[in-house]
Amino acid sequence: MGNYSTNEFRSGLKVMLDGDPCSILDNEFVKPGKGQAFNRVKLRNLKTGRVLEKTFKSGESLEGADVLDMDMQYLYEDGDFWYFMEPDTFEQHQATETAVGDAKLWLKEQDTCMVTLYNGSPLSVTPPIHVELEIAETDPGLRGDTAQGGSKPARLVTGATVKVPLFLDQGDVIKVDTRTAEYQGRAKD
Amino acid sequence: MLQMRADLLAFLRTYFAEQSVMEVDPPLLATTSVTDINIESISAQAMGQSCFLQTSPEFFMKRLLASGAGDIYCLGKVFREAEQGSRHNPEFTLLEWYRLDWDEFQLISEVENLVIGAYQSIQNIQIPVSRINYGDCFEQILGIDPHRAKLSALQSLAEEKGYPQWGSETRANCLDLLFTELVEPHLSKGLVTVYDYPACQSALAQTYQDAKGRLVSRRFECFLNGIELANGYFELTDAEQQLQRFQQDIEQRQQTNRPAMSIDAKLDQAMRQGLPSCSGVALGVDRLLMQLSDAQSINEVLAFPWDRC
Repeated sequence: MGNYSTNEFRSGLKVMLDGDPCSILDNEFVKPGKGQAFNRVKLRNLKTGRVLEKTFKSGESLEGADVLDMDMQYLYEDGDFWYFMEPDTFEQHQATETAVGDAKLWLKEQDTCMVTLYNGSPLSVTPPIHVELEIAETDPGLRGDTAQGGSKPARLVTGATVKVPLFLDQGDVIKVDTRTAEYQGRAKD
Repeated sequence: MLQMRADLLAFLRTYFAEQSVMEVDPPLLATTSVTDINIESISAQAMGQSCFLQTSPEFFMKRLLASGAGDIYCLGKVFREAEQGSRHNPEFTLLEWYRLDWDEFQLISEVENLVIGAYQSIQNIQIPVSRINYGDCFEQILGIDPHRAKLSALQSLAEEKGYPQWGSETRANCLDLLFTELVEPHLSKGLVTVYDYPACQSALAQTYQDAKGRLVSRRFECFLNGIELANGYFELTDAEQQLQRFQQDIEQRQQTNRPAMSIDAKLDQAMRQGLPSCSGVALGVDRLLMQLSDAQSINEVLAFPWDRC
């Protein structure tokens, strides 16, 4: 991995900071007219997800991080690990619970997820934006109430809880936006 | 935006015409350029010699002043290497002017009137203006006198505030960092002029002992809604002192591995003939346009920002 200087810091660039891989979110060039230039940089620590701000002198550099985003198929979980497969090589990767994080609430077997690899192992998992999942449990809906557009909580087979319209029942398959955990509609069969 | 830029340029030219300040248009391409350690000139080749695109019209204007041109202004482009960001473009429009026999406070009043006038003429709104002493606002916010504090105290303060790389920086660089990062965000809205800069940041300004007996620079900066807009001096007219400052710049350039720059001998010669007592200021026209139009990035006020040139 090469080094990147502040003038190469672009949104999305992956660099090492204090031993952790980070993704650059924003890089602001600051220079008082007669003064030394510096850069205010916003980074996301890819291990903790935390966003931090740091000021660098212009021309300082950071080591690139061996971080790679790759689309992979989710296979299954065995209680300890979640397994993903590269579609081209069929190579399998096991991700820890920490790496999978909240994505586990949306993982359906055979769906394609984005797996971020750090030094070759899964660091984080991003589920597809839209997933179709079955309702495992919800209170029976009261038909006729739909005109008011009411909603009720429904637990999905993956464990996520989503607000759904009253007319939906256990066993129905719905489409959810994983970024907001919002109900998008009934899945079309 | 094109129209607003045209209106602003017309407003500025009308203002100076009414004030009987003469427009001059000095060269952009010259064989020498500034020695400032934090300003890099863009090199060019012309007539078989290496040249530089000018970073400001200052040296040519001072040569004109020394030859008796009187009150003059220049409204044109300047170039600075490696400056690009939401408030920087390597080529930008600068308004620079000089007033004979005025001190910096008379010139500050004129900057205030000009900016107030631009807002009235283009947006028909009033903006507040205020002035603050550099040392006072620095001490109010950071609890330390920037003129008297030891360098080690400024370095530790920078480290403590989360800037460890400034732990071994020069006085001027520590002050710039602390002021830009920690004081600037507290400046009031509208046009705020900060005056009596630290002596180590004098550049081409005179210095004097202030009421508290501290050596300060007769330099000011204007901030418009927190953004640096203009930089002015009660100009240093002592050719010998000026030469010493240029030589210091050149030494510092060597020590920090920056491109070597030579002293502008023609400016030195003009100053030896005699630069009349005057104050001068340079104002970023694109920055003013950004504030007039509420733009978040300088690219919004440029028809052709660098990325599209």
